[in-house]
Amino acid sequence: MPRSLIEVDNLSFGFRGQATDLVEGVSLALNRNETLCIVGESGCGKSVTALSLMGLLPPDATRISSGTITFEGEAIPADDFRRLSTLRGDRMAMIFQEPMTSLNPAYKIGDQITEAVRAHRGGSKAEARDRALQALEQVGIPAAKQRLGEYPHQLSGGMRQRVMIAMALVNDPSVLIADEPTTALDVTVQAQILDLIASLQDRSGMGTIMITHDLGVVAQVATRVAVMYAGRIVEIGTAQEIFDDPQHPYTIGLMSSVPKLTGPRQRLSTVPGLVPTPDRMPEGCRFATRCPFAQSVCATVPPLAPVAGDHRVACHFAPLETRLEAV
Amino acid sequence: MLAFIGRRILVAIPTIVLISIFVFSLQQLLPGDPILAMAGEERDPETIAFLREKYGFNDPLPVQYVKWVTGVVQGDLGISLRSNQPVSELLLQKLPVTIQLAIMAMIFAIAIGVPMGIVSAVKKGTVLDYAANLIALSGLSIPNFWLGIMLILLVSVKWGLLPASGYVPPGEDLWLSIKTMLMPAFVLGTALAATLMRHTRSAMLGVLKSDYVRTARAKGLKERRVILKHAFRNALVPIVTLMALLFGELIAGAVLTEQIFTIPGFGKLVVDAVFNRDYAVVQGIVLCTAVGFIIMNLVADAAYFALNPRLRKQ
Ligand SMILES: Nc1ncnc2c1ncn2[C@@H]1O[C@H](COP(=O)(O)OP(=O)(O)OP(=O)(O)O)[C@@H](O)[C@H]1O
Ligand code: SF4
Ligand SMILES: [Mg+2]
Repeated sequence: MPRSLIEVDNLSFGFRGQATDLVEGVSLALNRNETLCIVGESGCGKSVTALSLMGLLPPDATRISSGTITFEGEAIPADDFRRLSTLRGDRMAMIFQEPMTSLNPAYKIGDQITEAVRAHRGGSKAEARDRALQALEQVGIPAAKQRLGEYPHQLSGGMRQRVMIAMALVNDPSVLIADEPTTALDVTVQAQILDLIASLQDRSGMGTIMITHDLGVVAQVATRVAVMYAGRIVEIGTAQEIFDDPQHPYTIGLMSSVPKLTGPRQRLSTVPGLVPTPDRMPEGCRFATRCPFAQSVCATVPPLAPVAGDHRVACHFAPLETRLEAV
Repeated sequence: MLAFIGRRILVAIPTIVLISIFVFSLQQLLPGDPILAMAGEERDPETIAFLREKYGFNDPLPVQYVKWVTGVVQGDLGISLRSNQPVSELLLQKLPVTIQLAIMAMIFAIAIGVPMGIVSAVKKGTVLDYAANLIALSGLSIPNFWLGIMLILLVSVKWGLLPASGYVPPGEDLWLSIKTMLMPAFVLGTALAATLMRHTRSAMLGVLKSDYVRTARAKGLKERRVILKHAFRNALVPIVTLMALLFGELIAGAVLTEQIFTIPGFGKLVVDAVFNRDYAVVQGIVLCTAVGFIIMNLVADAAYFALNPRLRKQ
């Protein structure tokens, strides 16, 4: 069995009509029973990166420049939408931010889950239904049998997100991608959903990629953290490393607003300045326009280089303490 | 469901009363005296007086109205001043012809407009999309009479494939009946198809962007299923509502189409009645059309209701 469930290598893509790639050189790996959090400001490309792993970017509007997605040992070119589409819903599943609108209002919950089973497993309607019922019970929906016959509008937001999770996990995927799964929910429900995902992960050993704005969520669930800025991963490491020893100036900016792991929840909007737009990306380090430490060398792209073990940082001056003193 | 429809019917009643008053006053306001038209060239005063009495024109207006409404409710729409036939009988004769035309036109419109709308939404911005829009634009801008005449010239006169005019009741010879109605229905259906295509396109474009379509794709469903089952099912709500509301356009178009293809339907009845100042018939037609509108609105509501689980379960 390969070590990583999913390994992304040098993924770059943009959208039609944009000169530069929005997402550039993204590499990351996800292991069994691990939660990788992707954090970064709004618009930095977290969602589109997740969608690209699922092969869900609009094919006619997307320009994939490079990238290989190695899924459970099978190397798939990032532009092989066809192969990716056969994995999704089966080996790889995704849940979204908006539980209120993510279920089809016209069909019963049961039919929507059953459909996911039959799309990949075939089998009889009755078998699929049993499987759907199990999945609903697994995510802690009371009176699951009755829920099968209900429509999405009859459920609360939290319940709908549980249904989404049940639907995503009904085929026992090895990777779950959760794109801000709790942002639209109120705080107590948020905690329940996060606990639910964690316990399901413990049971099945799946890997989770969790996209979030919320450093409180990161602190609660992350095994490892990838910090994204303007379409690039600028720092990646264990949760401990990122929180206790952030190396990239952008990460430091984010963390300085969160005094402790247990501190109050904070949105990632505290670094001064604005994210560069896709048509005005700086040539070298994309953070240069906002970086207090920027030098002329920053006009070249800093590689995502290891500072210690698996802790990698994309800054010419990392590790910061030593290098900055030298300047 | 039944309660909902019942409520809608109750709401429709005042509308019907208002329409009936309007239709009744129509005859008072219209220029031209039908009795004079009936009395012929001589205009013998005695004949005129006799006719006025016979047809109740001497009663006070409210009395005339009540008499009229009572009759209408019992299916008595008066006597055609022209043909001396009961108006209800005339309507019952002509209505099925037009209904057949309308249904066949609607089938054409749906069969052409809906698939074209889906394809142009799914293939937005491609050659297919532009082609579909161009076809829709021509469908809207080519006048029906021109299209009708061209079809008659080509299909009937030159190729001799289909009859150029007339009507055969389906009970007599179903296949011939359909064949005869094919061209008129196509002509009447084209403009509707264009309208339907545009609405289907925009409804589909909206729905294709929705989160649940993304979810359907994330489940790994085949694109075909995503579009037809998940997207189209939700786009159907505005489309079906629109179809019911296109009824007015259909009737207006039918009048003209029936003239082109000399079909003895409702449209011909309308034209003849108006030219002859045959008020009873005009009244019957207006009333009938108005009730038709109300029924189609009810159908639209019911369809909206039936397609919306959110309303259904309450
Ligand atoms: N189909 C598309 N065509 C062109 N641009 C797109 C498309 N989809 C997304 N984008 C752009 O890509 C950028 C990144 O979007 P993305 O949704 O990934 O950000 P995000 O990091 O998830 O932000 P948020 O935290 O707000 O969800 C945005 O600027 C967005 O406008
Ligand atoms: S490479 Fe330069 S601009 Fe980029 S983060 Fe490091 S110091 Fe700042
Ligand atoms: Mg996002």
